Order: sequence, then C-alpha cells, then structure tokens
Amino acid sequence: MSQYLLSTYAVEGEVSGAPRTPEAMHTFMERVIALEAEMDASDTFVFGGALHGPDAATVVRVSDGDVVMTDGPFVESKEHIAGFYIINADDLDAALAWAGKVVAALNHPIEVRPFRATGRVKDSVPPGA
Amino acid sequence: MIRTVGGHQETTDVERVFREVYGQAVATLIRVFGDITLAEDAVQDAFVVAIDRWRSESIPPNPAGWIVTTARNHAIDGLRRLARGRELYEQLAAVASAPRGRGDDWEEGGPVSDDHLRLIFTCCHPALRTEHQVALTLRLLGGLSVDEVARSFLVSESAMARRLVRAKYKIKAANVPYRVPTAAELPERLRAVLSVLYLIYNTGVDDAERASLRSDAIRLARSLVGLMPTEPEAAGLLALMLLSESRVSARREEGALVLLRDQDRTKWDRALIEEGHAIMRACIRHGRPGPFQLQAAIQAVHCGADSFEATDWQQIAALYDHLYSVMPTPVIALNRAIAIGETEGPGAALTALDAIAPDLDNYHLMHAALGTTLRRLGQRDAAKAAFERAARLAVTEADRQFLAHQIQELAEDGALPGRAQDPIDKLVDGADDPLQPRSA
Repeated sequence: MSQYLLSTYAVEGEVSGAPRTPEAMHTFMERVIALEAEMDASDTFVFGGALHGPDAATVVRVSDGDVVMTDGPFVESKEHIAGFYIINADDLDAALAWAGKVVAALNHPIEVRPFRATGRVKDSVPPGA
Repeated sequence: MIRTVGGHQETTDVERVFREVYGQAVATLIRVFGDITLAEDAVQDAFVVAIDRWRSESIPPNPAGWIVTTARNHAIDGLRRLARGRELYEQLAAVASAPRGRGDDWEEGGPVSDDHLRLIFTCCHPALRTEHQVALTLRLLGGLSVDEVARSFLVSESAMARRLVRAKYKIKAANVPYRVPTAAELPERLRAVLSVLYLIYNTGVDDAERASLRSDAIRLARSLVGLMPTEPEAAGLLALMLLSESRVSARREEGALVLLRDQDRTKWDRALIEEGHAIMRACIRHGRPGPFQLQAAIQAVHCGADSFEATDWQQIAALYDHLYSVMPTPVIALNRAIAIGETEGPGAALTALDAIAPDLDNYHLMHAALGTTLRRLGQRDAAKAAFERAARLAVTEADRQFLAHQIQELAEDGALPGRAQDPIDKLVDGADDPLQPRSA
C-alpha cells in the first residue's frame, strides 16, 4: 500500500473550473460529498480538504534562536495549493484511477505525488510499501 | 556492454546471448528483489562470471535461467555482507520460504516471460515522460549500456545516467506497478509500448550512426510479439518495421535521400518483405485492425508494387481513409492528401492540403507537399515559396539539401508543366511516424 497527495492549484486566487453560481456550487458539493463517501467506503481517504488563500498564511522560522513570523506564503508565486487529498492506493495505477474521479468531480487538473508517511502515520503503512 | 575480451568469437556469441536474455533476466530479478538497480547490478555481475564460464565450457541450454540463478545467488551473498542489505535479505528469505514462492520458478519458462512483459509495461508507463520511457526500454529491456543509450540520443553518458536515475526514482517512489495491465487498460497501454518501440526504430532511420537502434527496436518488437501473440497491433508494428527495413538500403545513394519513386527496387530485401506480408496476412485473419496494422498495410502495398507506376494508389488512399478514421491526426491527413494526389490528381490534393494547412503550418513536410502539388498544377511561384518555407522549417541537413534540389529543379522546369513528379513521397516512404511527428 502506498499513499499519494492529490493536490489542486489556484492561479492568482482563481481555481479553474470552480463553480460560479449557487446552483453550480450545489451540484459541485454533491459530487464532492459522493466522491469522499466512495473514498471512505474503500478505505482510500486518509485526509483532505480545501485551503484558505495564501494571504491568510504565516511563515515561521528560527533566526538567531528566536522564532520569527512573517505575514504571507512561503513562496511568492502566482500558483498556490488550493486543496488536497491524501489517499491510500495499492500502486500508482490505482492512485491515477482515483485522480481521474477527483478531476471529474472538481472539474480541475490535479497533481498526483507519492506521499511518504513519517511519524505516527507510518503505522498505517505496511513495511516495504 | 562487455567488450573486454575482443577478438574472440566466443565473446561475440556470449554478447549476443547476453543481449537476448538481458531483459528477461533483469525483469525476473526486479520481481525477486523489488529493486531495479539491484537487479541490473546482479545481472552485470552474473555476466562477468558467464564470460569466463561460457568460454571455457559452453553456453548452457537455458542461458536466461543460468543468468538469473547466478545473479540471484551473487546478489544474496552480497546483501548478506552489507548492513544496508540485511532488511532486504530478510524480506527475500520470507519470499523464498513462502510455499511455492514466486521466487524460485523462473527455470520453468512461463513466469520468466510474464516478468518480461511486466517490465515492458513498467518502462513504458504513461506517467513517465517519453524520453524516460525510451531510455528505460533500451537500457533494461534492450540490454544496451548507459553509454550506448547516451550515444543513441546524442547526450553525454553522465546526462543519460542522470536521466535513468530520475526515471527509476519515479518508478520506485511513486510505486509504478510491475504488472501487465488489466484487459480494460490494455489497448491504451499497449499503444504506449508500441509507440516507444516505433520511436526507437525511427530514431535509427536516416542516421547511419544510430542505425543499430533499428535492429534493437525490431528485436524488442519480435520479443513482444512472442509474448503477446494474440495482439495483432504488436504484430502490425513488427510488420511495419520489417517492411520499412526492407527498403533501407535503397533509400540512400551516396548519402542523399532517394525517393520511393526513384528507388532501385531490386535492392529491396525480399526476405523482409515476405515476412512482413506474411505477418499482415495473419493480422487480417484477426479482424481487429488498428493504427499500426493499417500503417503496415500501407507499407505492404508499396512493397508489393513492382514499380512506382504499378502502385495500387486506390488501395493506399482507402487505407489512409481507414487510418484517419481511427486516428484523426493532421500528419495522417497529410499522407492521405498525398495519396489523393495520385488517385484524383493535384487539384483534389490541393483542396485536401489547404484544409489541414493551418494545423501543420510549422511542419516542413506539409510545405514540401504543397510545393509538389502546386508544381504539378503549374503554379511555379507559389510552389517555390512553399519549398523555401519547407527548407526553413526542415530539421535535418539531408532534408534541407533535398528541398534545395527541388527549388533548383523548379527553376529548370521553365514554363513546362512538368512530369507528374511527386518529390515528397518521402512521407509515404515511412521516414516519419504519423503518430509522432518528429518536428512537432
């Protein structure tokens, strides 16, 4: 079993394909709820959701032993991660099949990237996976 | 590749056998070890042993099984001694102790070919970029050294080594599966494999330095047909390569390109044509045509004609219609327009070319075909402009020289309407893969 990050990106605050009307938002939410229910039922869903915009971000770093905070995202960029799922999948083909479903539900391209579990999440991944 | 014991006939035989069994042996050991690099290193080690042993004794009846067994034993000995290998060794021990474990059945034939097929689909996985698919296929399945793969793609050995490391990293990190795709996925995934093999073949066309890629591609296609005998598209690709290969020696004279029209057909390799035709007859019996079979069928019609004039252009135009219906790409439309020029004349060809010109505005063969058609229609100025544009877009020196020659001939035509010369049957001669235009 492997884990993958399925992430969506906003470009200059806009997520392409995002619903624009209340009716579209309603059907969008129905699709997302159905998708997540399907992920839950197959033990695929690990964690996920949408992120607030990069303007709401704070960067924290250590400088000369002091914790220093800076307003704004880590990278000044046009593109920012807008939401993600972490999923369980047997292999890349299984992850790509889920990615296809996510793309269909969100109407937005996504990046599939292998996720390497650390710490306590490691317990959920069998050795050698 | 091992070339240290030059001059011995045995080395050549051993090297040939090694190339033939390399992909199978690596494929089986990847399954056993779950690690590509470890499998490659183990097979290299086993080959060093094989050189000595096979020269002093003889090549064993099942060289693939011998290499796999030797490689596995060496790798396990090495792992035992290495701290970092201990964990892997324990996993291996678990595999070996499993009842009728999959780790010990390679000597029986069947599973080895299953492994081979698995590796083909892993190397050509669509989540890998094309240049990585090609490099992995030549290195892991073709048994070429990193340096040989590098020279084939005109990059340095270190750049190719980095490319292979990146590709193998992705396979491991992303857990690209090591299995034959399910029936539902198979058609699309098989097409990816066939496209990689055809790209390798075409890289060896028109380039003497890289000619060995053609034989590598044919060897890999042959083994794929052996592994998937009920897939007519795999057989179609093999036939397409063999029929293209049959004309290679007639395609060049003193370095210059010789058009299909002007080729000395006595130089065509009859044995390859017969084999290609036989494969195509078997394909037709499957009744499942696809893009590679249709391209091969077009080549088969060309190869079956005693002269350019005797070519069955109606048949070729019909095959291009069929091909376009299953794969509607602009390059196939271009080939179809050229065939229409032979069946219905240059006026009809010009209409067909105008319809696709916007899609292929940066493709030199599009403008070359336009130039040829305009020339046949007596529109010399427009023809000259088209050839000049083609020459500016051409990638290879050979193509540029060829187009310069066309412009020169056009000047010599004077006011003559010209014979029904079709200088760009280079396209129908299969130098470019309609699935992957080289200049795109």
